[in-house]
This record gives sequence, C-alpha cells and structure tokens, in this order.
Amino acid sequence: MTAPLEEPATARRVEVRKTYKLFVGGAFPRSESGRSYVVQDTAGRFLANASAASRKDARNAVQAARKAFAGWSSRTPYNRGQVLYRVAEVLEGRRAQFIDEVQRSEGVGRRQARALVNLTVDRLVWYAGWADKIGQVVGGTNPVAGPYLNFSVPEPTGVVAVLAPSGSSLLGLVSVLAPVIVTGNTVVVASSHQRPLPAITFSEVLATSDVPGGVVNVLTGPLGDTAPTLASHLDVNAVDLIGLVGDAERATELEQSAADNLKRVLRAPVREPDWARDPGLERMTAFLETKTVWHPIGV
Amino acid sequence: MGAGTLLSPVPEELSAATGSDAALRRFLHGLPGVDQVGAEARASALAGRSVKATAKAFAIDLAIRMVDLTTLEGADTRGKVRALSTKAMRPDPADPTCPAVAAVCVYPDMVGTARATLAGSGVHVASVATAFPSGRAAPAVKLADARDAVQAGADEIDMVIDRGAFLSGRYLEVLDQIVAVGEVCGRPDGTRAHLKVICETGELQTYDNVRRVSWLAMLAGADFIKTSTGKVQPAATLPVTLVMLEAVRDFRFATGRQVGVKPAGGIRTTKEALAYLVMVNEVAGTDWLDPDLFRFGASSLLNDLLMQRMRMTTGRYSSPDYVTVD
Repeated sequence: MTAPLEEPATARRVEVRKTYKLFVGGAFPRSESGRSYVVQDTAGRFLANASAASRKDARNAVQAARKAFAGWSSRTPYNRGQVLYRVAEVLEGRRAQFIDEVQRSEGVGRRQARALVNLTVDRLVWYAGWADKIGQVVGGTNPVAGPYLNFSVPEPTGVVAVLAPSGSSLLGLVSVLAPVIVTGNTVVVASSHQRPLPAITFSEVLATSDVPGGVVNVLTGPLGDTAPTLASHLDVNAVDLIGLVGDAERATELEQSAADNLKRVLRAPVREPDWARDPGLERMTAFLETKTVWHPIGV
Repeated sequence: MGAGTLLSPVPEELSAATGSDAALRRFLHGLPGVDQVGAEARASALAGRSVKATAKAFAIDLAIRMVDLTTLEGADTRGKVRALSTKAMRPDPADPTCPAVAAVCVYPDMVGTARATLAGSGVHVASVATAFPSGRAAPAVKLADARDAVQAGADEIDMVIDRGAFLSGRYLEVLDQIVAVGEVCGRPDGTRAHLKVICETGELQTYDNVRRVSWLAMLAGADFIKTSTGKVQPAATLPVTLVMLEAVRDFRFATGRQVGVKPAGGIRTTKEALAYLVMVNEVAGTDWLDPDLFRFGASSLLNDLLMQRMRMTTGRYSSPDYVTVD
C-alpha cells in the first residue's frame, strides 16, 4: 500500500462550492431563469448551490419526458427491469457519497444514513423485479359469458409529474420514482426544496446507467414555481402530490388545476408514510391504465 | 405578358442588366458581397430579441395568418388535402377568434381538391410547379406543369429555378425561364397568379449567390422569393432570409416594387417564427409584416403556433393531443 497523500499543515485548501444543475432530457442544463439558491444542512451550514427551476424549465422537462415516452414504454418489461437493476448497481457503487449527503441533508446519524441508502438500493432491486411481473398480477384473462377471449393488460399512463417527498430525500424519492418508471411511464420530478442534493446526485446515477435521456427529469427549486405549471400542463397525464404532505391548501389548488385534462392524481396523505415499510403495489397501479380487449373466437 | 411588361417599372440601368448574358453577369457579380460573419451575427442577435405578452399574442396571430400550410408528399391523398384545407380555414375549431392561414400549398394535381374545399374562404391555393423539387425537366414540361396548376385554379405558383444553370453561371437562361413561367401565370381574364420563385438556397453554397439569385428572380418579375423546397437540407435559415430581406428592401429602393419573401422548410416552433418576424421588421421594415409580403412555408409550425396561442389564452401549457395530426 502506498502512503496516503498528506496535506501540508499550513495549506488551507479553498473549498469548491459546487452549483448543481437540473437534469432534463439526459443533460444537465442550468435553469432557464439563471437563478440558483443556497442549500443548507439541518444546522444551517452551507452545503451547495442548486438551480431554481422556473416554469419554462418545467415545460422543457415535460417536453423531454413526452419525447422519451414512446421509446421507454415500448421496451420490453424485462429490459426495463434490467435497466432499473443497473441503476441499483450504480447507486450501490456510490454508496459513500449518498450516505454522506443523506446524513448532512436529513441530519441523521451515520448508521441511520447507511441504513437508508441500503434500503434505497434494495427498493430499486425490488421494483426492478416487478417490471415483468406486474402485468400478470394486475392483468389477465377474464371469464365472460360469450364466444370471446377477454383479457386485460396494464399500460403506462404517460408523462407523470411527481412532487418528491420533502422529508425523506433519497429513500422517499426512489420509493416514488421507481414505481412510476418501472411500468413504462416517464417522469418529471420536482425534488424536495430543502433537501435537493440526494435527488441531484441520483440524477447523476441515472445519467451514467442505462436509463434513456428524458425518462427521468429532475427539477430543483421552490415548488411554487414548478408545481402549478406541472399540474396544469395538458401534456402531463398524472400527478403525484406526495411532496405536499401537510399543505392541504396548495394540494387542493393543484388538484383543481389537474382536473382540466382529467389527470390522474395521487393525493397527498396526511403525513409522510414510513418509507421503510413494504411498499405494496399501489404506487405502480396508480399510474397504470387497464386495457381490456374482447377478441372473438370462432365457435 | 412578355418580359418587357414584367420589367417595365424597372429603371433603365436595371433593365439594361437583363439585356444580355454578359450584362446580367456583370450586374449580378457587381452586387456588393455579403459579409458572412456579419450576417450570421446580425441574424442571431435579432433572434435573441424577447417578444412577450400582448406583443407575443399579436405576433402569433400574425404568424398564423402568414402560414402557407404545406403538404408535399408522394403519399398525399385528396382526403388529406381536404383535411388540411379545412384546417387552414379554421386552424383552432374551438376558438373562432383564431385567424385563417394565408394559403394551402400542394402539388398541381391536388389544386382542384384544395380549391373546391377552400372556395369563398379567402384562403389562397398555392401550387408548386416546374418539376418540383429538382426542377430537372424539359422547359416545355415545366411550363405545362405550371399552366396546369393555374388552370386548376391556383392563386399562387411556387416555381423552382434551375440551380444547375445558375451555378454554372447561365444566368440569362434562369431569368428567361422565370419570365416564361411568369407569362404562363396569366389567366384569360387578365388577372394573374402570383409567382413565387424557389431559390433552393441550400444548394447555392454562398450568401453572395443568395443575394444574386434574389436579384435575378426579382428582375425576372417574381412576386415572392422563397428560400427552399423543404426537400433539401439546410432549408430556410435566419441568415439566408436576412440576405433575401435586404435584397427585397434594396429592390424596392431601386424600383419602387415590393417583393415578398417566404422562408420554407425547417421552421417548426413559435420561437423560430417570432425570430423571423423580428428580422422582417428590423431588416425590411414594417411594410413587410403582411401576409401578402411575408409567408412561412411550413406544416408542423402551425400546430406549435396554435399550442402557444392556447397557452396565451388559457395560461396553461397545451399538448399535441389538442391539435390535429397532419
């Protein structure tokens, strides 16, 4: 082993104060508005600068997600599972960075941060496994009283806007993101305003795994700038309001603007769920449309 | 209608330019050269202008009124032309305040269908002609093509020039061909179909050539000069349109006659369309901000304009689900 490089005692290194960017269409653009904001840890110390996405960034993200939808949804479920599994692998490889970021963003202890990251990797693997099984579980052939073969298949809803949980910055994010994309939807995530760093680093993971550009788009910044645009956008097919836990007023407002084009709305629960628990199928089936086919059979 | 009548309002030094091949070459090569870097910088500076709120709403409506809604595919059917013509009259069926487009642009054999659908609506029928898009056919065939379209009821003829002849320097030949098509545009009742000359700038190599071909077409009596067929890349670009707009401005200064400009091909978004309008205003002047003097040759642009228009009126972003699939 080589000896570790030692810092000269007198040298005070100038810190690199990083400014993170958005993740749209597989690239990392700056916010169209040019604005950024300071991200602090729970003790109020400077962590990094993050881009403050504007409504035009939201529009661009929806455009990218729409563009990616045809390709992503027509991949075989097996292939989508493989891609998700690969995301878990890459995330596993960057555990140290995630543990550090979760610890500083959420103000939890090292041991708990490690547990959260482990759980996140496991959650991704769990959802990856569902890719080619969900169809059999929620679809199938239906018994009908006529000369027909009648079967139902679940299909992705389309472009889904997700307001990420504001509390659990990594496990919560992945727990709402993975079920949306594993079934073939594409997604625009408005990340937690207070704790965006794990979301940004996770988008770096996505960019270096096999997820096609535009399947996941991550916006950071105040929800007030992006959420109304996403909720009212006619090209968004569903919206998950989990990030508005405890903000019933704004949630109602967004539900109303989502009604314009009859978006599917996953309403915000009263309090943030315990992400460590078995997630069940609800988050996957919430963004699936059931197609039922009546096929005549000659008798 | 002969060359003499077409060129009648042209001052003597200009009409002399069309007297012989040598004189025409001397004139066209005597035009000042285009500063390529300057033209591109000016175009991109003008494209950066911001148009907002009421000005944007006005510009979107103007742009819709300037669209030549185009379908030029081998797979065109009468049904498709009828659908497109219906859309041309009422681009946004949900909003009666949405203006109609300027024209529908089709192949000559579809002119009758478009004419029948558009009758009385004020939307023009434009037809490409003269062996579009390559222009490689015998002169008689090209003229017959154009005559056909006029007889079928086309209001505007989009002819292509012989780029081969132009690039090998046979300018007078190109001029004579344009003049000949111009004659064919005359109808028995004395009116005439408007003549748009497609220069196919994507094949002309230099901005100097764009300036020359613009003057050549205008001297030959073109009512419009049009950048491209849309079948060759690059199609319309901002700098090429800039050079053409300068040419029509200078031509009016020299002759008093106003010639229109039509960029075609590759303009797909409202943002690009607004950049063109800003350039028209700044380079040629407000007189050209009129569907009779500036057009967009486009098919997908209209949908984006309509989506932006919905965005302006409703405050929320629209989706391609709410406009037609052409």
